[in-house]
Amino acid sequence: MAEKYPFTIEQFYKFVSERKLMAAKCKKCGTMLLPPRPMCTKCFSSDLEWVELKNKGKLLTYTVIHVSSKQFESLIPYAVGIVKLGDGPKLPGMIQDVEPEKISVGMSLEVDFDTTIPSEWPTWPRYFFKPS
Amino acid sequence: MVGKRLATIVSAGLSKFGRREGLYGRELFAEAAKEAYERCPNLIPKKDIKALFVGHMGESYEHQGHTGPTLADWAGLLPVQATRIENACASSGVALRLGTSAVFSGMYDIVMVGGVEKMTHRTTSDVTEFLAMASDFPFEQWHGITFPGLYALMATAHMHRYGTTEEQMAMVAVKNHHNGALNPKAHMQKEVTLEKAMSSRVIAWPLKLYDCSLITDGASCLILTKPELAKKFTDTPVHIIGSGQASDAIGLYEREDITTLKAGKLAGQEAYNKAKVKPQDVNVAEVHDCFTIAEIIAYEDLGFCKPGKGGSLVEEGATKIGGKIPVNTSGGLKSKGHPVGATGVGQAYEIYLQLTGQAEKRQVEGAEIGLSHNVGGSGATATVHIYRRG
Ligand SMILES: [Zn+2]
Repeated sequence: MAEKYPFTIEQFYKFVSERKLMAAKCKKCGTMLLPPRPMCTKCFSSDLEWVELKNKGKLLTYTVIHVSSKQFESLIPYAVGIVKLGDGPKLPGMIQDVEPEKISVGMSLEVDFDTTIPSEWPTWPRYFFKPS
Repeated sequence: MVGKRLATIVSAGLSKFGRREGLYGRELFAEAAKEAYERCPNLIPKKDIKALFVGHMGESYEHQGHTGPTLADWAGLLPVQATRIENACASSGVALRLGTSAVFSGMYDIVMVGGVEKMTHRTTSDVTEFLAMASDFPFEQWHGITFPGLYALMATAHMHRYGTTEEQMAMVAVKNHHNGALNPKAHMQKEVTLEKAMSSRVIAWPLKLYDCSLITDGASCLILTKPELAKKFTDTPVHIIGSGQASDAIGLYEREDITTLKAGKLAGQEAYNKAKVKPQDVNVAEVHDCFTIAEIIAYEDLGFCKPGKGGSLVEEGATKIGGKIPVNTSGGLKSKGHPVGATGVGQAYEIYLQLTGQAEKRQVEGAEIGLSHNVGGSGATATVHIYRRG
């Protein structure tokens, strides 16, 4: 699929607005590039393809934010973590639909999307994680 | 046999760190420069100093960019070449390395390196936003991850893998506040109890208020010369014998292992190799304790203990003044304060005092070899410098 789509961060978020998590994959050496990049940083090939990522993963680490910038003040306290998606790449994001006390390292999470946010710089629709 | 002298510190200055109301950053820099000039009466700044390398992280704080020449002006150095360096919280660690390179290369005989940040006039939420600019915007900031949040992610991972405890992190704060209480230039010159640190409000769990460094105003500078010239300016030179710097992905999530800062480890290895010293040869160190977990990870990355043993090292008291390897005798970023652009050279200032016997109540007796470790962002930049008493 999809070589007509540029290998950019903006395109990643356009896919998010279509409720898809996509990464660039190097066709030459197989490296997954997330964030996507126009050139493989391992073998320098530009022969890439977009691949859809697993929408389930395991929580590697997390925190509960109590002091934020103004933009997120209405959400305090909120949890964010780093999730390993299947055997693929890692991605940071918010963890929603769960009490912070019930979050633990290693728990299974799935990806969901908030597509109500307009899709233009610097605001993008957000993917987030929730218990599966 | 220790390594070759790369450059020599003949003088140093540090503004009082703290809430410096009514001042601009450039005025703090003039305060630091004045101290360095007064320590070094044989130096004629306008004639002798040929370049300024200065760390400054954010235009946002004072709505001011182009700070290189501005600071050169306030330090009385116009028209020397002046370069502002931005590597987040490692800005002046990088300035120190570039100044050292400039002298070592033979390009200049004498240069000034320094750093500055004026922060406290802004609200905490503004500062939170400005500091977060040192992290990845589209994947970290955009998902609400703050700067303390990034170190909290490391802390959770370190606790999960190694059993590091919130108490051990709080012990870093207790130690650094004890040291800061002995430092007349520190922002917060007061002791804190373990109980108070543990019960302070949560900023980004598991990090609490007392796990976080301070929002501080301050400036720092050093005067570096070719080693052969140092005698003309001082009887108590401090030689820079090792320097290392490395980079990593800006996004914490992209890194293989987040219980260590790979760039910090690599910068340390480069500096140790160049200096021909080992971790156990270091008598005093200033490490980048922007958060208490960062000091614990720094112990491990710099080889003061094995991976995972950083929590025990502070618990044993090994890093107190009088311990096996005193760390952050100045009070560190935690208590001396963290005016981000000024921090790297501010650390070097403390090592300079220690190795010239001027650290007063904080003096590590007989210190000969010192080390400073300065990290930018969540670890995308790190610099390490190693120093020897002249
Ligand atoms: Zn490749």
